[in-house]
Amino acid sequence: MQTPGRTLLAKIWDQHVIARVSDDTDLLHVDRHLLHDLGGSRGLLDLRNRNLPVHSPELTFATPDHAISTARGRAGTSKVGQELLAGLRTETSATGIRMFDVDEPGQGIVHVIGPELGLSLPGCLIVCGDSHTCTHGGLGALAFGIGSSELTHVLATQALIQRRPKTMRVRFEGRLLAGVTAKDLILALIGHIGAAAGTGYAVEYAGSAIRDLPVEGRLTICNLSIELGAKMGLIAPDEKTFEYLRGRTYAPQGEMWEQAVAAWRRLPSDPDAVFDREVVIDVEKIIPQVTWGISPEHVIGVDGRVPDPGEVADPARRQAIETALDYMGLVAGAPIAGTPVDWVFIGSCTNSRLSDLRAAAEIARGRKVASGVRAWVVPGSETVKRDAVAEGLDKVFTDAGFEWREPGCSMCLAANGETVAPGQRSVSTSNRNFVGRQGPRARTHLASPASAAAAAIAGAIADVRTMGR
Amino acid sequence: MPKPFTTLTAIAAPIMRGNIDTDVIIRIERLVGNSVHGTLGKWAFGALRYLPDGSENPEFILNREPYRQAEILITGPNFGCGSSREGAVWSLQEMGIRAVIGSSFGDIFFANCFQNGILPVVVDKAIADGLAAEVQQTQGAGRISIDLQQQTITSPSGQRHDFAIDPRRRAGLLEGLDEVALTLQRDDEIRAFQAADRAERPWIHFAGKTSGNAA
Repeated sequence: MQTPGRTLLAKIWDQHVIARVSDDTDLLHVDRHLLHDLGGSRGLLDLRNRNLPVHSPELTFATPDHAISTARGRAGTSKVGQELLAGLRTETSATGIRMFDVDEPGQGIVHVIGPELGLSLPGCLIVCGDSHTCTHGGLGALAFGIGSSELTHVLATQALIQRRPKTMRVRFEGRLLAGVTAKDLILALIGHIGAAAGTGYAVEYAGSAIRDLPVEGRLTICNLSIELGAKMGLIAPDEKTFEYLRGRTYAPQGEMWEQAVAAWRRLPSDPDAVFDREVVIDVEKIIPQVTWGISPEHVIGVDGRVPDPGEVADPARRQAIETALDYMGLVAGAPIAGTPVDWVFIGSCTNSRLSDLRAAAEIARGRKVASGVRAWVVPGSETVKRDAVAEGLDKVFTDAGFEWREPGCSMCLAANGETVAPGQRSVSTSNRNFVGRQGPRARTHLASPASAAAAAIAGAIADVRTMGR
Repeated sequence: MPKPFTTLTAIAAPIMRGNIDTDVIIRIERLVGNSVHGTLGKWAFGALRYLPDGSENPEFILNREPYRQAEILITGPNFGCGSSREGAVWSLQEMGIRAVIGSSFGDIFFANCFQNGILPVVVDKAIADGLAAEVQQTQGAGRISIDLQQQTITSPSGQRHDFAIDPRRRAGLLEGLDEVALTLQRDDEIRAFQAADRAERPWIHFAGKTSGNAA
């Protein structure tokens, strides 16, 4: 009998099994543990209080991102934020963990710096106390978010007990229409199959449109896996992945590089691999997307209309739409384009990489932010910031009236007072439009960087396709 | 180390809206600000529980009797989706919740529940809806029983439903196990794995140098 083909997930998973705990549960080795200021210092203190050493400090990396201000000179970092940063410095230095500090290349949003430094590699098992750890799956890594207790467990043991997920393959087939980006693809998928569709699955994204995407776009796709309900998303590594990683600080060099690439070439799912669920998406039907509600599944094409609960028969769905419209202050059945906005936020682990800033700058160049709109650009890392400045992107943004900030999570999760005021409306390149996500009663519309820039210029939700050049 | 969980008979509050996310369960500033583990109970469901002026929202179920005493939540699909913040579980625990029944949960939230001795029970949506309807018929007075040993839920009218649960997690809840201590007992295996893996995938291990020097 022939052995059935194996999936990318199975190959990475099996390589990390230290011990089988039960039929579907294993003790797995953690190759990379990323710490940030919010959970990292607390986890390290937790370990200290239990008199336990950090098991493998050389596999653990830290940087502040969540609670530090993104204002110049980090002015505005709260007292608690400063304490968390000080704690991260003290505890990493005491335990021999490499920390990338403020103003140093390597500082930035953990999910931006991991790939950028070559810490995140194909076939790696990566965890972090943050749900968007799934981002690193874009390089062909098995990466997922963990809570504080599991974070402590990894610090103490460099291992984690996990139940093997089911597998889903999503194939994006076809060529992207003009103005459509990776962000639009993943939002459209969530709208199509729902924010809970991925629960219990590891989702592998495949198909011609994924192969055509640059690595940074793949990171964006995988970043929103958690908004699909999946703890992890993956994309098979290919030549683009290897080119992206070659020469990066922590990537292998020389002979070891060749050895690593040879191993990585064996990772993609076998042609006869079987998935528990398959979804095929025709990307040629996807136009720029924007969310209208309070879940990422509340998404429509920018030329669409906000749903009318009166037209929905199912009472639970009708109620959900009514609640969302009420929170968002939108009129049932109205076109979404033209909705006036107060804020635009370009940043977050979803869309703060150099290619994202270039796409936004392309729209902003030579134009002006509409009066009454506050627009921020927050690069994802110190390196992204420096590269963008070297290209003059910061100037493009500031000339147009955007504020150019320091790297960090900023207004994506609003953990450091960087919030949208109650009742105000924001177009945001981040990952969540949850109730209160960008501040109490703030209203968030998710969109791509180009669409967000278009909203800033128009002063309203706008179809980026009408602003091309 | 979590408290053991065996059986529970308690008032249950139905919160049936789908996709209740961790930001709704606990806002981030409660976890960054001065509130710490142990004081989060009053901030659970803050956006639903309080009006903009800070007063209680009388419309929200957990502000009404007898639901104030609820130790069980019956929830809509995808409860606890969103972030990895374990504070979401702590805040529920600190307001007295010991079990959550629903048709699906956010994966990380689900795992965090077990780490803190909260039992998340996955049942068919029809069962969750039926339990919620029975509770509503009795205006919250009808109690729900959960028996983890037997893996059953009993509704206020006495209908019994079996539920499935990962045996390892069940054992962990029944005994209140310390997972870190258990895994550390296998440290020889972990180190043996690392030694073998260093030969196979040397690029993972930064052998012989600290990560700081690797740069």
